[in-house]
Parts: sequence; C-alpha cells; structure tokens
Amino acid sequence: MIKSLTGIAVAAALVAGPALAADQAVKVGMITTLSGGGSGLGIDVRDGFLLAIKGNDKIEMVIEDDQRKPDVAVQIADKMIQSDKVDVLTGIIWSNLAMAVVPAAVNQGKFYLSPNAGPSALAGKGCHENYFNVAWQNDNLHEAAGAYANSAGFKNSFILAPNYPAGKDALTGYKRFFKGEPAGELYTKLGQTDYAAEIAQIRSSGADSVFFFLPGGMGISFMKQWAQAGIDLPVVGPAFSFDQGILQAVGDAALGVKNTSQWSKDLDNAANVKFVADFQAEYGRLPSLYASQGYDTANLLISAMAKADVADADAFRAALEAADFASTRGDFAFAGNHHPIQDIYVREVVKEGDVLTNKIVSLALEDHSDAYVADCSM
Amino acid sequence: MRPLAGPLFYFLPMTASLFIEQILNGLQFGVMLFLMSAGLTLVFGVMGLINLAHGSLYMIGAFAAAAVAGWTGSYWMGLIASLAAAAMVGALVEVTVIRRLYHRDHLDQVLATFALILLFSEGTRWLFGPFPLYLDVPDMLSGTVSLPFGIAYSKYRLAIILMGLLIAVGLFMLIAKTRLGVRIRAGESDREMIAALGVDISKLYTIVFALGAALAGLAGAMVGTIQSVEVGMGEPVLILAFVVTVIGGIGSIKGAFLGALLVGLTDTLGRFLLPVILKSVFEPSFATSVGSALASMLIYLLMAVVLIWRPSGLAGKAA
Repeated sequence: MIKSLTGIAVAAALVAGPALAADQAVKVGMITTLSGGGSGLGIDVRDGFLLAIKGNDKIEMVIEDDQRKPDVAVQIADKMIQSDKVDVLTGIIWSNLAMAVVPAAVNQGKFYLSPNAGPSALAGKGCHENYFNVAWQNDNLHEAAGAYANSAGFKNSFILAPNYPAGKDALTGYKRFFKGEPAGELYTKLGQTDYAAEIAQIRSSGADSVFFFLPGGMGISFMKQWAQAGIDLPVVGPAFSFDQGILQAVGDAALGVKNTSQWSKDLDNAANVKFVADFQAEYGRLPSLYASQGYDTANLLISAMAKADVADADAFRAALEAADFASTRGDFAFAGNHHPIQDIYVREVVKEGDVLTNKIVSLALEDHSDAYVADCSM
Repeated sequence: MRPLAGPLFYFLPMTASLFIEQILNGLQFGVMLFLMSAGLTLVFGVMGLINLAHGSLYMIGAFAAAAVAGWTGSYWMGLIASLAAAAMVGALVEVTVIRRLYHRDHLDQVLATFALILLFSEGTRWLFGPFPLYLDVPDMLSGTVSLPFGIAYSKYRLAIILMGLLIAVGLFMLIAKTRLGVRIRAGESDREMIAALGVDISKLYTIVFALGAALAGLAGAMVGTIQSVEVGMGEPVLILAFVVTVIGGIGSIKGAFLGALLVGLTDTLGRFLLPVILKSVFEPSFATSVGSALASMLIYLLMAVVLIWRPSGLAGKAA
C-alpha cells in the first residue's frame, strides 16, 4: 500500500516536477543559538546563510532562537514542522541539540541540512536519507589534528575535551590518527570555565604537546589560563577555539597556535574570495568558519532548488546529493552518508595589523571522508 | 619534584607539588565562590529574598571591567569600574524592582529575578554584541611565581586568593565591628523591630543589596580576566553560589566562607583525584569518563551529606 502510494507520488512528481522546478518557493526553518552563551556561533551561521540568499525571493526564512537548550529546540522544530509547514530545517550548532531534533524531523519527511553539528550517531547506523551535513562529521577536524601531530613529531600528547557527545567524538577522532601514546586523557565538565586543575595535571604529566577541543567560551578560558601557567608546550586544536569570533577575546595567548579547519579566510578560490569580501561589506566584520558553513549550506540549497522541486522529495534529494555548488572550501562532495568529502588544513594564528586571524600553513588531510560511512546504509 | 611519603602517594602516580598546586587551585576557586555567595546569603538573610539575578551582576562586573580596561588601557581602572557598575546597577534594580518583592512569596521573587536575568543578558548582548570580550591579566601579575616544593604557580591566581581573603576579613569586620554591621545583623534577626527602632530599613536594604552586587561584580571581573567575558557567564556560577549558601547556612557570612572553601576544594580535588583513583581499579578510558562524571556530581553529593548532617547548613541557626 505504502509502496503504491509512493509510486503514485513519484509518478505525479515526474509529470509535474520538471515544469515547476526552479519556480517553487522553499520555506526554510532555521533553529540556531542567537542568545546567551555561544550565540556568536549561531549568529555567524545565520548571517552567512542570509548573505547567500540575499535577493533570492524563492526562499522564505523562519528563524528562531534555541537558547542552546535541547527542549527549546524540540519545541521550535515541532512548531516549524506543524504550523509553519517548513520544507527544510537547518541551523543547529550543538550536537546534543541536533540529536534531539534531527531524527524526529527527518522521519517526518523534512530535509535537514546541518551547517555545524555532525555527531557520529547521525553519520553511521543512524544516518538518514534526508539528513545532509554541510560542515563536517564531528571527528573530522580532530582526525586532522592527530595527523598534524604525527607530522610535527609529537609522541605523547595530553588530550582533553568536554564530557558530551562531541567531546567524545573529538578524542576518538584525534586518537584514530595520532600514532603516539596519549600522556593523559581528560573529560571536563561541559561549560567548565576553570582549568587550573587540568593544567596542573598537564604540567606534571610529562607530555610533549597538548590537544584540546573546548569550543566557544571554554576554549577562551583554557587558552588564557594556559598562557598564565607558563608551560612551554605546543598546543593543537580544532578551529573551534580559534575562530574569528573568539580570537580577539583570547588575545595574544593564541598567537602561533596550530589549528585544523576545513575552511580559512585565505583559501584561494573564487567563491571564497567573493564570500569574504561580501561578508565584510555586509556585516563589517571578518567571517568565521561558522559563517562559511552557513553560506555553503544556503548555496547547496539554492543549487538543489534550481534542479528540483522540494515537493518531489526523491528528485530534491538527488539534487542535494550532487552538491553542485561553488563551495567556499573549493572541492566539496558528499560521501554515501551525506557527510562531506573535503580537504582539511592546518592553520596558524597570526596577527594582521591589530586583528588576530588564521592563515593556512599546510594540508592535513586530502579528500577526507569519515570513519562511519561504511556503517551507513540508506 | 619528589614523591611525598604517605599511603596515598604510594598508590597514586602523583607528586607532592601537584597535590599542593591542586589545593591552591581549590582555594582560589573557593575564594571566588565566597565573593559570589556572600552577597547572595546577605540578601537572603537580611531581606529574605531569593535573587536569581545575582549571576547577572557578576556578568555586569566582568563586562564593565573589560569595557573600561579596553577603553583606558588600565586593568585596575577596569576592576574599579566593575565594583562601581555592579553596585550602581544593584542599587538601581533594588529601588525599581526588588523592593516590590520583599513581601511577595519566594515563587514571585524567583519569577521576577529570572525575568531580570533575561533582561540583563539580552541588554548586554545588545550593548556589547554576541562575541566574547577581551580582558587580560595585567603585566604585573602575568606569569608564574616559584613556591616551595618546586611549584610554579600563576601569580594572578595567587593574587585572587589573597584578595579574596582580604575581602573576607573586611566583610567580617564590617559585620562585627561597624554600625552598618550591627544593623545588618539586627535586620537578619528581626526586621520589624529595627524598623520600629527608627532605622531607615529601605535605605539599609538598598545598601546591603548594592554591597552584595559589588562583590559579585568584582568576582566577575577577577574571574573574567582568566576566563571568557561573555553573555550567560553568570548562570553556572550562580548555581554553585546557591550550593555554597545552602551548605554554609542561609544568611551566614561565616557559613558562606566555610561552604565556599569546602565546595572549591571538593570540586577541584574531586576532578583531579577521582579519575586517578578509579584508574587504579578500572581500565583507563572507563575511569576517565566515569571519574569526570562523578566529579561533576561531587559537590551536590557534598550538599546532600551536609544537609543530612546539619539540615540548616554548617553555620546556620537551627530552624
């Protein structure tokens, strides 16, 4: 019965679809963090997204603030699906919020385009045909950091991350590529702001380097306290603690730190040059990787809309899978689990005039996919 | 760095210097918590008010310090600004909002002060933008200082411990020796009576509230210096300050001090020792994740134990 209904729907779409494609408006529900701690990330994603769809009257946006709370995000998602009748959802920054919202949304037939969170649970067995991650699988930047640590000759890194899904993904990712033996491994409390106890342990551990994943304010706190502790060890981390939004708050303590990212403002491709210039002109600040992810997500959506009507789910999905858009990262393709295959770079924090920013120093991983793609069957 | 003799150190891979450093870290954390909870406990003790917006005053202090330090280039001006701004906002809020809540029940107070949190958070974001601000340790206190046992300890953290202890002594003196202190103590034990004795009770309330606010603001500035100055920074600390207040006994400065040090030391040593101890029994990755999960519960367990043992807190008067 269900099969035959789908068959009719497909047939109807085949008849009506092509004629309507590119004319049909799409309603997008964006759930992101716009207030309280961590709002800088959500605001960057939103601004990047809005920049890409500027002047596009085919996309109708509904934007709501999840306040970084899973229960709020779930309520907003229900409202967007049931009363706003959105076609596509996007915007969530935090993995724990994504886990609360995404499975239910995609099971109700909505498309979800993730501009940030990429928990491993949604990349492997829990993958879904309507879920697309345009940023990275959570492990990716950490895997690149592990690969970089090998090339830098680190043998026993001290590694730490917050005790939540993305934190576990981080340490797993680093260890997957790191060939040395960690000198110590710590999970800190999510939202922890004082790292004196951890820094003391790093000092006495005899490690030759430190890898940490502490996004947002946690990373600012760690780097400032690290600088005060007077320990002379190299620090490596994913770009999240060194993005444009928080570098100024970390200050000179971050100078010279190597961090891994799929995007950097100095990536030399036409899409990125245009993005960086447009973003600065529009908002008067430098874009962050989050902004680039929001921008890419919107451009992916626009590219799919040009090929298919969102009402024809199969055609629209195929159009998304093609990823036929000019990414700010250069090469971009989706793996079988709808997560990116992309290059990941090592960046160094530098000062341009008075402004702290990043520049690319090397390529860490080329055309990198993720470790869960084989577990995904869709 | 030599291993310390003693049973603990036979089993644990740890040196005396690391252990002492962790105790200092616990003290520093405790002293900061004291600055936060002193105001909270005073306001509850004297006015009977539950002030959820205390964390916002902490945030205001940090933002004022960051803004003024950035503007004048002087960290110390920033510190003074944090005191002034938090006290001023505190007094203003007391006169306009809080004053109307003293005769309401606790639920109304919680609701109204929760609304204040939202107003202050969004107001701060509107004024300063969504991105964290820069505030760094002054050159004078930058770097480390050498202590006995080969410990290199952050000068700034040491300064926080000293400053916190000084303020604690100052507060005790204020409460014990001054006229204002007499009135505060009198206000705690019998509100109606001191009003009947001709003390301007509403002025006293404003002063107590502003004093508590100033301490929270100072704590915010001092902590913001080594953490991140961002919207929402006050709420996690607020929860800890409530735990301290409850452990210490509501309304007692002495209790707040004891409670703060206890919570500071328990949290720091728990975070550090639990994974290490568990590692001697379980396999490392299990020990790490269970240890850190347990450590984050530890202060709440401590609170439960203290409340079973002394239901009105360490220094609280028996109900």
